[in-house]
Amino acid sequence: MGARAWLGRMGVPAAVLTVLAGNVFAAGGGGEMIVIVADSRKFSGLEAWSANLYNESHAYFALLTVLTIPLLGLLLGTLTGLLMRLLGINLKSRVLAEH
Amino acid sequence: MDWLFVTMPIAGVEIFWPGLVILGFGVGMIGGFFGMGGGWMVTPGLNILGFPMAFAIGTDIAQMAGPSLISTARHARFGNVDYRLGGIMVVGTVGGFEAGAQLIMWLERIGKVDIYVRSGYLVLLSLIAWLVFTDVAKKMRKDREARAAGREVDALSTGIEWHKTLHKIRIPPVIHFKKAGVRCSAWLPILVSFFTGLMAGILGIGGGLIRMPALIYLVGCPTHIAVGTDLFEVAISGLYGAASYSYKGRTELVAAVIMLVGASIGAQIGSVATKYVKGYGIRIFFGIAVIGCAVSILFKIIAAAYPGVRAFFNGAATVLILGLVAALALYIFMKFLNGVRAERAEKKRAMSQVAL
Repeated sequence: MGARAWLGRMGVPAAVLTVLAGNVFAAGGGGEMIVIVADSRKFSGLEAWSANLYNESHAYFALLTVLTIPLLGLLLGTLTGLLMRLLGINLKSRVLAEH
Repeated sequence: MDWLFVTMPIAGVEIFWPGLVILGFGVGMIGGFFGMGGGWMVTPGLNILGFPMAFAIGTDIAQMAGPSLISTARHARFGNVDYRLGGIMVVGTVGGFEAGAQLIMWLERIGKVDIYVRSGYLVLLSLIAWLVFTDVAKKMRKDREARAAGREVDALSTGIEWHKTLHKIRIPPVIHFKKAGVRCSAWLPILVSFFTGLMAGILGIGGGLIRMPALIYLVGCPTHIAVGTDLFEVAISGLYGAASYSYKGRTELVAAVIMLVGASIGAQIGSVATKYVKGYGIRIFFGIAVIGCAVSILFKIIAAAYPGVRAFFNGAATVLILGLVAALALYIFMKFLNGVRAERAEKKRAMSQVAL
């Protein structure tokens, strides 16, 4: 299956769940209500930018996380998939057919 | 040796980054093989590397979506993912997760929530382990009887067959899940996923550890389809968890990204390794993983109940989990290596025969 078709299948439920996550935010459950501030003075470049983003808005930071992880997963998955092809094995079917 | 350590921008702790890559590699491999996110393995690992517990849980859940996506893509190519079944189950999982989150808040108001949750988790894991090994024993008995009677052993035979009874309940709409080879009422996967989601919400876990056996024993999926379909669900719920924990400010994105580097390789290896292992082989090792997890929870309960031995049992629980991760990762890696070697040798032999 092509990456686009695959993304399409993942996209709708992922979008629904990301929207639904708002209910969980409202519900609260889990972490304690402690305000954590990232000390961005020690960092530069991307790290400083992400620390500042965290301090300014957890919502934007959440958006950054939700975008970064799957996109990076897709990129690294494609790269490691290419490496697996070098092994010279069949990566498109499975012979074993049993429970 | 300063270059081996990286300061986390949000948690503010210095972390040995190769440890994150190795942890990601091991968990990616185990997750891709068993069809789970592996939260029960990552959280203690991150805690040992130096993350405060609140960040360990959030970072673990945030990174989960990455390797699960990679494993889902690989399993999809093997025909191991039933998207229709996975999509329907997402609905039940989310509903169950929300109900679980509300229930846990109610339990928090009563107090003693930890002991209830851990005890419930222990009972559930014991039940799953019993289910897996009873199933394996029944299947072996069936195969023995077939051999004794001179019949051919049925490769599709199973031990526990609760799903066959559940499939007889034909409340509309009845759906055919082609890849899974299951025809049943849509309400069956919805209710099963609602229950597993509820458990996941109460226990604060991703749910793969419960959903994978539920897909096999209640919905009736073959093992490989259960692994692939569950990973599809883990990927979706992982994104949901990543959004939730990041919004609460409990995610260390830098750590999740570093882990993803190791996890992306591990996820490929774990997923490909399922090609070389029979369904029941996966079930047996899954059962062992569940037992290890249950014993570690028991240690945590003892540690909480008896302050005098707290440090010992907390340490023992962590050592047990990390030892289990190492042993399972080694087993999967060896299966992968042997399988690749055998397949390449077979390919070479076939080519030489064609040349002759």
